[in-house]
Amino acid sequence: MAASYDRAITVFSPDGHLFQVEYAIEAVKRGSSVVGVRAADMLVVGVERRATAKLQDPRTIRKIVKVDAHLTLAFAGLTADARVLIDKARLEAQSYRLTCEDAPSLEYMARFIARTQQKYTQRGGMRPFGVSCMLAGFGTDGQPQLYQTDPAGTHSAWKANAIGGKSSKNMREFLEKNYPTEGGLDEAAAVKLCIKTLLEVVDSGAKNMEICLIRRDTPVETMSDTDMAAVVAQIEAEAEEAKKASAGSSMETS
Amino acid sequence: MDSLFGVAGDGFVVLAADAQVARSILLYQNDLDKIKELDSHKMMALAGPQADCNLFGEYIQKNMALYELNNDLRLSTKAAANYIRRELATALRKGPYQVNMLMGGVDAGAAALYWLDYLGTLQPVKYGAQGYGAAFTLSLLDRSYRVGMAEADAVELVRSCIAALHKRFLIAQPNFVIKVVDKDGIRVLK
Repeated sequence: MAASYDRAITVFSPDGHLFQVEYAIEAVKRGSSVVGVRAADMLVVGVERRATAKLQDPRTIRKIVKVDAHLTLAFAGLTADARVLIDKARLEAQSYRLTCEDAPSLEYMARFIARTQQKYTQRGGMRPFGVSCMLAGFGTDGQPQLYQTDPAGTHSAWKANAIGGKSSKNMREFLEKNYPTEGGLDEAAAVKLCIKTLLEVVDSGAKNMEICLIRRDTPVETMSDTDMAAVVAQIEAEAEEAKKASAGSSMETS
Repeated sequence: MDSLFGVAGDGFVVLAADAQVARSILLYQNDLDKIKELDSHKMMALAGPQADCNLFGEYIQKNMALYELNNDLRLSTKAAANYIRRELATALRKGPYQVNMLMGGVDAGAAALYWLDYLGTLQPVKYGAQGYGAAFTLSLLDRSYRVGMAEADAVELVRSCIAALHKRFLIAQPNFVIKVVDKDGIRVLK
């Protein structure tokens, strides 16, 4: 029975760390960035799209997927692991509908995905998912909701958050600084905030990002390149303006 | 005891089903919709014990939704009919579902109607009927069906089948649900 001992690969280190889980979180950091923003009555999810090879079909790389009619998921980390996790989530959503005659709530699906991810950190013969997920959808009360899961198997709700990429912490701080403390956001402001946050890490503007608009009872809309470019141009113009204004004021003081 | 009718024309399918749930000498319900919507352009009328109809209908419905999510691709009516047949044939040697069906759908403008039974029979048809009602109305359908008939005429044909049942069938089935699917999706007629 010696084999049953070697099977467990996620064991505590003497100082209480689960190295495999921490490595999985590292894998998420090496993935591309995902930003989710909750507006008053809709959600915006944006991902950084890394440059595809010249001859590759960019449509075959998907980082924002539909899990159920009312549930959109974006992930950061290992694409192969994410596919398996997404398949499990889709199956659970339909299975829930079959047994309960109702759509699973967003909270339930977040809990399910987190539970599945946790399972892979504790059982033998398994490797944790190198994936963090951002779930966007609407609650039973019709309010927009945003959830996040990580390889350790925790799940949490957010007003706006960023996962994946080396500077996800910076992006989160940027969101914290710019998300209004009261009153929430309207759609245009949410799109702008999402793109602005992504621009912290994406250099070549609208070309390398994908933005999805999630509205109640309507199919998810992927923003067109021209629409994105327009918002990016607007943000750049504002930045230029601000720079000029600050330059002007500093001249006055000097 | 259930009566199902279906007529397929150019770009549309009409399905009708009685609304009765009865067992032995007792009538439980007379407003049940036995025509399940599988997706926006496919529907299936089921006859048999209500438990099996619900279980099997919903199982197919959910699996088709899952297929669409996983593959970003919707089954054609023909593919769905063959999938349903396969599920019935697999179940036949284990625990058969006692369901007989008429399944119709429209994809890319082309309409198709299929006749299925619990043994795993699959037959594409232009018009069809299931249950005791078939014995009363197939002759009517044989005589009145026209290739290329208009949607309104097809609905009228189905209504005449219901009228024939009301006149000659021992068991009273006063309520029917009629549904039509065409390129714009499924709608319910009175």
